[in-house]
Amino acid sequence: MTSATAGRVRRTTARVRRTGRLRRTALPYLLLLPALLMELLIHLIPMVMGILMSFRQLTQFVIRHWSRAPWTGFDNYSLAVDVNAPVGADLLRSFLTTCQFTLLSVGLCWLIGTSAAVFMQDTFRGRGVLRALFLVPYALPVYAAVITWGFMFQRDNGLVNHVLHDQLGMSGEHTFWLLGDNSFWALLIVSVWKGWPFAFLIVMAALQNIPKELYEAAALDGAGTWQQIRRITLPSIGPVNQVLVLVLFLWTFNDFNTPFVLFGKSAPQAADLISIHIYQASFVTWNFGTGSAMSVLLLLFLLLVTALYLLVTSRGRSKADA
Amino acid sequence: MRRTRAAAAAVVTASLLAAATACGGGSTGDEGGSNTAPKELTYWASNQGPDIAADQATLGPELKKFEERTGIKVKLEVVPWADLLNRILAATASGQGPDVLNIGNTWSSSLQATGALLPWNAENFEAIGGRDRFVESAIGSAGASGQDPAAVPLYSMSYALYYNKKMFREAGIAKPPATWDEMVTTGQKLSKDGKWALGAEGSNLSNNIHQAFVLSRQHGAAFFDQAGKPTFDTPANVEAVKQYVDLMAKDKIIAPGNAEYDKNQSLQDFANNKTAMVLWQSAASSFKAHGMKEGDWGVAPVPVPAGGAPGQGRNTNSMVAGINMAVFKNTDNIDGALRFVKFMTSDEEQKLLNKTYGSIPPVKAAQQDQAFATEDLTVLRTTLGTSAAPLPQVPEESQFETAVGTAVKELFADAAAGRAVTTESVKAKLSKAQQQMAK
Repeated sequence: MTSATAGRVRRTTARVRRTGRLRRTALPYLLLLPALLMELLIHLIPMVMGILMSFRQLTQFVIRHWSRAPWTGFDNYSLAVDVNAPVGADLLRSFLTTCQFTLLSVGLCWLIGTSAAVFMQDTFRGRGVLRALFLVPYALPVYAAVITWGFMFQRDNGLVNHVLHDQLGMSGEHTFWLLGDNSFWALLIVSVWKGWPFAFLIVMAALQNIPKELYEAAALDGAGTWQQIRRITLPSIGPVNQVLVLVLFLWTFNDFNTPFVLFGKSAPQAADLISIHIYQASFVTWNFGTGSAMSVLLLLFLLLVTALYLLVTSRGRSKADA
Repeated sequence: MRRTRAAAAAVVTASLLAAATACGGGSTGDEGGSNTAPKELTYWASNQGPDIAADQATLGPELKKFEERTGIKVKLEVVPWADLLNRILAATASGQGPDVLNIGNTWSSSLQATGALLPWNAENFEAIGGRDRFVESAIGSAGASGQDPAAVPLYSMSYALYYNKKMFREAGIAKPPATWDEMVTTGQKLSKDGKWALGAEGSNLSNNIHQAFVLSRQHGAAFFDQAGKPTFDTPANVEAVKQYVDLMAKDKIIAPGNAEYDKNQSLQDFANNKTAMVLWQSAASSFKAHGMKEGDWGVAPVPVPAGGAPGQGRNTNSMVAGINMAVFKNTDNIDGALRFVKFMTSDEEQKLLNKTYGSIPPVKAAQQDQAFATEDLTVLRTTLGTSAAPLPQVPEESQFETAVGTAVKELFADAAAGRAVTTESVKAKLSKAQQQMAK
């Protein structure tokens, strides 16, 4: 081989290597491109539009040409956070109600889901049927399930009062569940009923990965059931739990379907969750600008909470790894 | 690696949250109607019958008839009430709406304010046979006064007092109450042994507004002043709303459970002989659907203040209820849309459709048909012609329905829970509703 030919071969080999490297580097981005494009179209562009709307005085008068609605700077935000005026005061009340509701709902969903998953680890007759039954609320269409709860909570003809009052004699008279303060508890019951099977499913999947030997060794060392749960089960499902709680938190805080189907477009004050409150501001009273500002504030709050949560849990994980 | 993971988590989180909070829309230019698609139309009909399939069965043959006569195919979509207003708004924002649509007549001014609907000027009315073919009060609920209407009346309805003859017979009561004083005295005779005199839909915002509006008129008040500013918490309005809620709170002639009704449950109670009276619009077909037979119920005008008789002014006893037909301004078949409205408001179609839906034709000539001379419809027709008034025709009407309707709903909730409903508590709710309007 002449030196010129050898040089050509070296250059060709180097070009082929470079092309191969480029292909390898570019391939993941190419594969991600459709998803990124869809993400941009479905989420990010509408989100940016929503943010732009929050700086405009957007009502039914200008909805047809919303991009030309008068620019109002931070007026919508001032209105939303002014707790001395009805709009801000109502938003704050709705926000606090939602926080309380979310804490209770997520806590109960996690507790019931985890307990049920742990309970289902033992083999017993009828376990498969029970497992399928547990998942029914998760499998049912939300609208049909919640509207059925709505019928059951009716004061005069509902099943709940029929059982509590007529059959068990637990209350002096029929209770209102869909009005007044009790509406909060009615909403919580439906939310937990709907949410815990998801926690059950996720925790059950995580439990499958814990080696049985760990329990056998612990039992040999004399650890009781509770100690096994505390020392083996809970630490082993920790990472899954962190994601589970975050997802449940986001779903519950933003839940729109449950209160909307249960109470319609105007929920009682005690059950006025922020999602339905923003819907009302935007699509019932037609103050789209104010509604968008409220949405952005909600987004910022959820981003903050999520970031803090991820920070705290990732630190906890790093410590555990060390 | 940790940084990459954190960035990935942040992107995923942002996407999740974006999905929860994103909202969007679009806008097109200031379109006028055109004729670029002369052979087809899309039509959003409101759900008028017992269900969507029934509406499709009623309208389908009529649309076919229209196609045979004109060669224009009409694509029908029946939209449930709960979705209709938002669908219209979305169509307004995106510019991608139907050519012709039904709207609730109380929304006329609000939708007119969006500028998306074709104004019914003299020329457009001429294309469908002229404005004077329609009953004036129905035209009055088709847009703001002083402007060309934003829609054309299609089906008209009014409120009446329906009473259960069996329950009246058993209580030894000969005739329905004509005044509110009689309503309370008669009602107290009927409200016993688990049965109640009057049904209400305490959680239905629109129904609350309709009743509050009539009582406000009877107290010589209005919810908006001449300049269109809200005047919700004036003493007369406070008295009007209190009078309505007091039927449950003080007079005890409405069952407390009615505070949570919003899906026409009071009609079911009426048919099951649990409630003796309801204030309703065109209820006959619903009663029949619940198993009642013609003659089981009677119809009378809604009560008025003592010493009066139904009429305009203080003795207004109904709002002008009904459905209007509108054309989207940016239709690509303006001529076809006008021909379709002309067809639907023709004497022949008006008789046929209003007979089916148990409503009154807003077209004068069709109204004279013998089919609309039954006891029920005579009361409704007389009310519509002599003692009904349209809801405030202001752009903020839809907000008004929500704000004041919610206030009344909360007051009913207080009454049902046994909490005091006082002049102060009513005023506080109405003041808050008014402040919400001033956003």
